[in-house]
Amino acid sequence: MLLKAFLVGGSICLIGQLLMDLTNYKVTPGHILVGFVTAGVIISALGFYQPLVDYAGAGATVPLTGFGHLLAQGAIEEARRTGILGVFKGALSAAAGGITAAVVFGYLAALVFKPKG
Amino acid sequence: MNSSDPFELQKREYKKMVQQVKPKPTVIKNGIMAFLVGGTICAAGQLLMNFFKARELGTQDAGLATAAVLVFLAAFLTGLGIYDEIAKYAGAGTIVPITGFANSMVAPAMEFRSEGMVFGVGARLFTIAGPVLVFGIVTAWLAGLITLVLSL
Repeated sequence: MLLKAFLVGGSICLIGQLLMDLTNYKVTPGHILVGFVTAGVIISALGFYQPLVDYAGAGATVPLTGFGHLLAQGAIEEARRTGILGVFKGALSAAAGGITAAVVFGYLAALVFKPKG
Repeated sequence: MNSSDPFELQKREYKKMVQQVKPKPTVIKNGIMAFLVGGTICAAGQLLMNFFKARELGTQDAGLATAAVLVFLAAFLTGLGIYDEIAKYAGAGTIVPITGFANSMVAPAMEFRSEGMVFGVGARLFTIAGPVLVFGIVTAWLAGLITLVLSL
C-alpha cells in the first residue's frame, strides 16, 4: 500500500507539474489547487475516484483531488439520505474537520512566525 | 537562395536544435522532482493512515487525523520558511498534496501580517483557499443536486 500511495500520489502531482510546464496558459499554483479540487469533485461524482482510493489509499486522498472527492461524496450521500437539505449540508459536513484544521493551524502559524526578509 | 548559404543554414538548424532540446531537460527534471516529492508526501500520509487505523480509528476518522497532521506540519514548515524552500525544487509535488493547500493559506497570511490581524492575517488566509472552497463547494453542491434529481 505504501508503494502504491507513493506511485499514484506522485503521478497525480506529476500531472499538475506537466499542466504548469507544458500548457501555453499561465497556470499558477492557485489555478492548480482550484483545478484539482474541482476535478476531484467531478471525477468522484462520476464514480471514478473511489476505486482509486481503494487502490492507492493516501496516494489518492492526500492530493487535493481527494479533498474534492470528500466534498462530492459528502454532498451525494447526504442528498440521498436527507434530500434537498442534504445537498446543502453534505459537502461541508464531510470536510468540516479538515477545513477547521487548516484554518486553525494556518492562523496560528501566521500568528507565531515572522516572514523572512 | 538564402538556404544555400551555409552560414544561414547552420543558424536555422541551430535554432531548431535549441528549440527541440532547450525546454525538455527542465520539464523532465521538474516532472521527476514533482513525482518524487509528491509521492513521498503521499507515502508519509499512508504511514499516518496506517498508524491511526492501528489505533482503531475508522477509515474516515483516520483520514481526517492524517490530514490534520499533514496540515499542521505544512503550516509549521511554512512558518519556518522550509516549505517554500522545498517548493522551489518540487513544484507541483508540494502544491498538489493537502500540504500545499495549508502552505497557500499560511504564506500570504504571514506576508501581510503588517496589515493587521483581521484584514492582514484573517483575510489573506483565504487568498487561494477562498477560491478553492468556492469552486469545490459549488461543484459538490451541483453533484448533490444532480444525484437528488436523478433519484426522483
